[in-house]
Amino acid sequence: MKYLPLIWAELFRRKTRTILTLLSILAAFLLFGLLNGVRESFAEAGKSAAGASRLQTGSKLSFIQTLPLSLDARIKQVDGVQTATYANWFGGAYQDPRNQIFSFAVAPNYLDLYPEIEVDPKQREAFDNTRTGILVGELLMKRFGWKVGQKIPLQSTIFPNRDGSKNWSFDIVGTMRSKDKKSGGWYDNLVLMQWKYFDESTPYNRGETGWYVVRVSDPAQADRVAKAIDALSANSAYETKTMTEQAAFANWMKQTANIGLIVGSIMGAVFFTLLLLTGNTMAQAVRERIPELAVLKTIGFKDGSVLGLVLAESILLVLIGGVLGLGLSAVLGPIINVGSGGMINMPPVGLNSWMLGLGLMIAIGLLVGALPAMRAMRLNIVDALAGR
Amino acid sequence: MKSFLRGFGLFLLVLIGIAAWLFLPWPFLLGMGVLFALWMLLTRRGRQAGSVTQIGVSTLSQRLGSSSVIVIGIAGVVGVLVAMLAMAEGYRETLRKSGSEDTAIVLRGASAAEVMSTLDRASVTVVEQAPGVARGADGRPLTSAELVVAANLPLKDGGPDEDGSVQLRGVGPQAWAVRPDVKLVEGRKFETGRREVVVGQGAKRQFAGLDVGKPIKLGSETWTVVGVFSSGDAMDSEVWGDAEVVGTTYRRGSTRTSVTARLSDPKAFKAFKAALDSDPRVDVDISTTLDYFSKQSEQMTNIIRIIGIVVGSIMAIGAVFGALNTMFATVATRAREIATLRAIGFRSVPVVVAVMLETMLLALLGGILGGVLAWLIFNGYTASTIAGGVGQLTFQFNVSPEVLWTGIKWALAIGFVGGLFPALRAAGLPVTTALRAA
Repeated sequence: MKYLPLIWAELFRRKTRTILTLLSILAAFLLFGLLNGVRESFAEAGKSAAGASRLQTGSKLSFIQTLPLSLDARIKQVDGVQTATYANWFGGAYQDPRNQIFSFAVAPNYLDLYPEIEVDPKQREAFDNTRTGILVGELLMKRFGWKVGQKIPLQSTIFPNRDGSKNWSFDIVGTMRSKDKKSGGWYDNLVLMQWKYFDESTPYNRGETGWYVVRVSDPAQADRVAKAIDALSANSAYETKTMTEQAAFANWMKQTANIGLIVGSIMGAVFFTLLLLTGNTMAQAVRERIPELAVLKTIGFKDGSVLGLVLAESILLVLIGGVLGLGLSAVLGPIINVGSGGMINMPPVGLNSWMLGLGLMIAIGLLVGALPAMRAMRLNIVDALAGR
Repeated sequence: MKSFLRGFGLFLLVLIGIAAWLFLPWPFLLGMGVLFALWMLLTRRGRQAGSVTQIGVSTLSQRLGSSSVIVIGIAGVVGVLVAMLAMAEGYRETLRKSGSEDTAIVLRGASAAEVMSTLDRASVTVVEQAPGVARGADGRPLTSAELVVAANLPLKDGGPDEDGSVQLRGVGPQAWAVRPDVKLVEGRKFETGRREVVVGQGAKRQFAGLDVGKPIKLGSETWTVVGVFSSGDAMDSEVWGDAEVVGTTYRRGSTRTSVTARLSDPKAFKAFKAALDSDPRVDVDISTTLDYFSKQSEQMTNIIRIIGIVVGSIMAIGAVFGALNTMFATVATRAREIATLRAIGFRSVPVVVAVMLETMLLALLGGILGGVLAWLIFNGYTASTIAGGVGQLTFQFNVSPEVLWTGIKWALAIGFVGGLFPALRAAGLPVTTALRAA
C-alpha cells in the first residue's frame, strides 16, 4: 500500500495514453455490464424460489390447444398437489393488431400462486370485484401512458367478443410489479383479466382453459406429481404434459434464440480486443520506463517488487476503467429501458455482475501485465542504465 | 478558450463527417474518392502527401506489433457487427422470400398471425369466388384454404423430454399449385385422407425423427413421414399434412386459418381486396403475401439490427481509443522524422494526409479481415427462432455484400477518427521542439 502513490504516478506518466486506454477499457466493461445482465436474466428465468414449487400443465398436442375445465377439480385431488389455478391466452393488442401485449385471462386464485407479483391489496380487491377489471404491469402502464381508473380498449387477435367484434373494453384497476427484478420484468409487461368475464363474453371458448398452474407441497416430489397429473388424461382426447415452470421456460427460451451463445461470442470478441489494446499500452509503458525501472533496482528494489509494481499498475488501470464502465452501464441501463418505451427491458446490474466483473478486471490486469512485468523483473541494471 | 472552441469545432466536424459517411449513398462516396485521388495525383501537395505516405507505409513493418493492434481491434468490431447484421438480413430474407406480390393471404379480421385466425367454411367459399383470383387449367380458382396449428415434436439436440414447436399446415391438393416454388426432394406427396405428412428441409434439420418412412407422433395420433420438400423460404420449417385430417386431429372441424390465393396478376390485388372488404358476409384481413411476411419479420429484424448497432457502436468507441493510442505513439516515435520533412519544406497538409492515410489503410485491412472472418464463420450458419407466434423458423445468416460494405464503412470511419487527431498533432508540433525530441 505504501507504494500506491508511486504506482499512481507511474500510471499517469503519459496522461493522454492512459486516458485513452482507460476509455477503451470503459467501453468494454460498459458492454459487459449491459450484456451480462441480459445473459443472467435468461439463465435465471423461472429459477425463483416460488417457481421451483410450481408445475405447468398444458396440452400435449401444442401450446395453443385448450384443456377442459373439468380437469381442475381432478388435478386438485392428486396427492401432493397443494392448489391449482388456470389461465388462458387472450392475445391482446392495443390499437394495432401487431402491437401485441402478453395478456392472460386468469382464475380468481391465480395471484395467490404468484407471490412474486406485487399488487396493492386494495387494487387486488378491486380486481376481484370488477368484472371487466384488469391488472397491468408497471412497464406497460408507462409504455402506453395508462392510469389506474382508465377505461381502455383492447383488441384480441384470437377471440371475438359476443357481438362478433374483436374489440374488448377493460377497466384498469391496478398495477403489478415484479418483486424480484431479476426475473427480467416479465410480470411488469403483463395484462391479467378475469377468466369469468373472458369465458362468458367469447362464444369461442366453451368453458375451456389454456393451461393449469399447480403448486406442489414438496418440490422434491415434483416429478412424481407431474406424472400423476398426466396420468389423469392419458389416452383421452385431451392429453396433458406437465413440467416444472423452470423447465417450461427454459424450453421456450431455447427455442426463441440461443441467447447465451450470441451474448457469449460478443463478450468474447470484446474482451479479446480489449486485452490486445491494454496489453499493447502496458508494453509501451514499460518499454519507455526501462531506465527508471533500472534506477529503482539500483536503489535496492528487489526483482519481485518491480514485478509487483508493474502488475499492480496494470491491474489498477483495468480496475479504474472497468469500475467506471460497469458504473456507467448501471446508470445507462435504466435510461435505455425508459427511452425504448418498454420495448427493451434490461435488468439492472446486480451483485453477480459486479463480482464477475471485478474478477474479470483483476484477471485481465494480471494477464496483460504479465509479459511487461516479467520483462521489468529480468532487467539487467547495467544494460538498462546504459540504454542497451 | 480559443483552443477549446477549436477542439469543439473539430469534434462537431468529425461527427458530421461520420454521419455523412455512414448515410450517404455510395456514388457520392465514390465521387469523393475520385476527387481525392485526383488531388493526390495532380497537385504538388497531393504528390508530396503520396511520398510521405510511402515512407510511413514502408516503415510499417518496424511497428508491426502496435499496428496490428489497430488491425485486429477493428477486425473484432467489424466481425461482431457483420455477424449481427447478417443474422438480421438472413431472417428478413427468409421471410421476404416467402411472399410475393401476386399471391394474397386472407385471414380473419384483426388476426396478427395465421395461427390466431379462424375462417368458417362459408367465408372460405366467398374468398374462393372473389374476382381477381387466377384459375388453373381445370378452370378451378387457384386458392388454397389451409389450417395452421402448432404441434409439438422432439427437438434434435434436446433432452429426451424436450419438445419444440413446429408449424403444422393442413393443406389440400391446391396448395402445390398456389406455391410452385415448393418442390419435393425426397419421397412422395401425402395421400388425401391418410395420416401422412411431408416435411420441410428446415424442419427436418431442427426436429428428431423426420425421415421418410418413419412414424412420428403429432397430436394424439401416429403419422408417417412420406416425403421431404424444399422451398428456400419460411415454408421450409413447416410440416404439411392433409387439411381434413389435421382438422380432425386438432378438433378444428372444417374451419381453416387462412386462404392463400394466386392472383391473375399483381394488379388484380386491389379489386380482390376491395371486393372482399365490401362483402358483408365476411370479416377478413387481406394482404399480399409479400406484405404479410415482411410485416411478420419487421419487429425481429429491427431488434437484431438495433442490438448489433448498439453493441458495434460501443465496441467501435473502444477501438477508436485504441487506434488513437497507437497512432499517437507512432507519431511520437516518428516526431523527428516528420519534423525533418517539414524543415526541408513539406507543408502541414501532406503530413496530415499521410498519417490519416496510414491509419485508414490499417483500418481497411482490419475491416476486410473482420468481414472475411465473419463471412467464413457465419455465412450460411443456420439459426432458428420462434416466428409467427407458433413454430420454429430456421434461417441462415446471410453475409451479403451490403452487410460487408457496411462493415468496411465502419472500419474506415474508426480509422478516420483514430488518425485525425494524431495527424493534427504531428502537423502542429513546432519544428524546433520536434527536432530536439529524443
